[in-house]
Amino acid sequence: MKYIDEFRDGGVASGLAGAISRLADPARGYNIMEFCGGHTHAIARYGIADLLPPNIRLVHGPGCPVCVLPIGRIDSAIGLALDLQRGAVAQRPSVILATYADCLRVPAAAGLSLQKAKARGADVRMIYSSSDALKLAQENPQRQVVFFAIGFETTTPPTAVAILEAQRLGLSNFSVFCNHVLTPPAIAAILDAPAASGAVQLDGFIGPAHVSTVIGSRPYEPFADRYRKPVVIAGFEPLDVMQAILMLVRQLNQGRAEVENEFTRAVTREGNLKAQALVAEVFELRERFEWRGLGVLPHSALRIKPSYAAFDAERRFGIAYKSVPDHKACECGAILRGVKRPQECKVFGSVCTPENPIGSCMVSAEGACAAHYTYGRFKDLAA
Amino acid sequence: MCLAIPVRVVELLVGDAALVDVGGVRKQISLALVEDIAVGDYVILHVGYALQKLDAEEAEKTLALFAEMGADAINAGEHPSA
Repeated sequence: MKYIDEFRDGGVASGLAGAISRLADPARGYNIMEFCGGHTHAIARYGIADLLPPNIRLVHGPGCPVCVLPIGRIDSAIGLALDLQRGAVAQRPSVILATYADCLRVPAAAGLSLQKAKARGADVRMIYSSSDALKLAQENPQRQVVFFAIGFETTTPPTAVAILEAQRLGLSNFSVFCNHVLTPPAIAAILDAPAASGAVQLDGFIGPAHVSTVIGSRPYEPFADRYRKPVVIAGFEPLDVMQAILMLVRQLNQGRAEVENEFTRAVTREGNLKAQALVAEVFELRERFEWRGLGVLPHSALRIKPSYAAFDAERRFGIAYKSVPDHKACECGAILRGVKRPQECKVFGSVCTPENPIGSCMVSAEGACAAHYTYGRFKDLAA
Repeated sequence: MCLAIPVRVVELLVGDAALVDVGGVRKQISLALVEDIAVGDYVILHVGYALQKLDAEEAEKTLALFAEMGADAINAGEHPSA
């Protein structure tokens, strides 16, 4: 496909790999965090780490919305789907819970997931778009349709459009359980983590591609100015990632800390102002939100504004958040902070596999564990 | 989750809807988040919504830069201290 294939060219990739090797100073190390799961997936799938000199280390970040969603939030969604808020599991659930495919298999408390809840009779529907959830509400006027919305800034504007459309259509049986989170506070949380926590000292960041099409490159400027960490926003194709690494190595060699944009074909400094305005119309900042791995972060997520309360599932169904600890053996928390690698988790690839995930990082294709399991696990074996 | 792909707009429909070509498959999407889209434009498609128009000129520049970076560094023997 145009604008994909030419960004995967093997010959050009070897040229870039050569350039990176020549530029990288053997006397120092380069710890580069790719924030976004899309990059984690591309790095694993195309074997990018193998094209780099050993002193460039790529550290996986927390930019995978399924991975950072804490158990308590999924428990609430399961409770809604099973009609638990009515005190008993109904014979025929009144709620249709619509959600993106990635959410279905995330492990929750008591060995449940949305998929397992569906097997127990909950009406859980996998949708491709927020507009599909609206259609479900229109087709099922006697039922309550709840859209279990997750995602970073990329996925938030489509949810805003769905809420505005529901209002325009006067739908009284549609609501959104909002779990949208924000990228910059998560980057800040990683940079603010005390060195004693075992976190690697990061030298720079590969900034997200599609999040940045919406928010622009400007929100990363404080990380360059205040924290002195270079950020290069990059597309999700392998050549984009390699070019971003080259640009970061060059900045670090020259002692610069700037926000640079490799993904100029879709990212501007200001971002998509129309999408930002729609999000600002419908959502407001939550004071705090719990992230898996990163803990409770202030002003790191969005909730629905009171003026759209009619479409807020948390208000409509009185959902109260309850924090639930992760599985004891699961290292997702440390992996999401960049402190551990997937293969350093005891249950990786044995008890925890994509077919039967124990932790959230093994669920989505862009989760660090799932990416390493699918594309990299045989490298760990001695020949 | 944040995966999105470049697709070509083949027809503008009523409201914010448009028909796009996804590697040979026709699909209806929403243009509610973007402005000034014409037939033939490429847009970045995510969960049924165009997020941004793809700048064809910038894409060409980036591809040219990739080739140049690879060739330059090898020819000029750029060093770590450069």
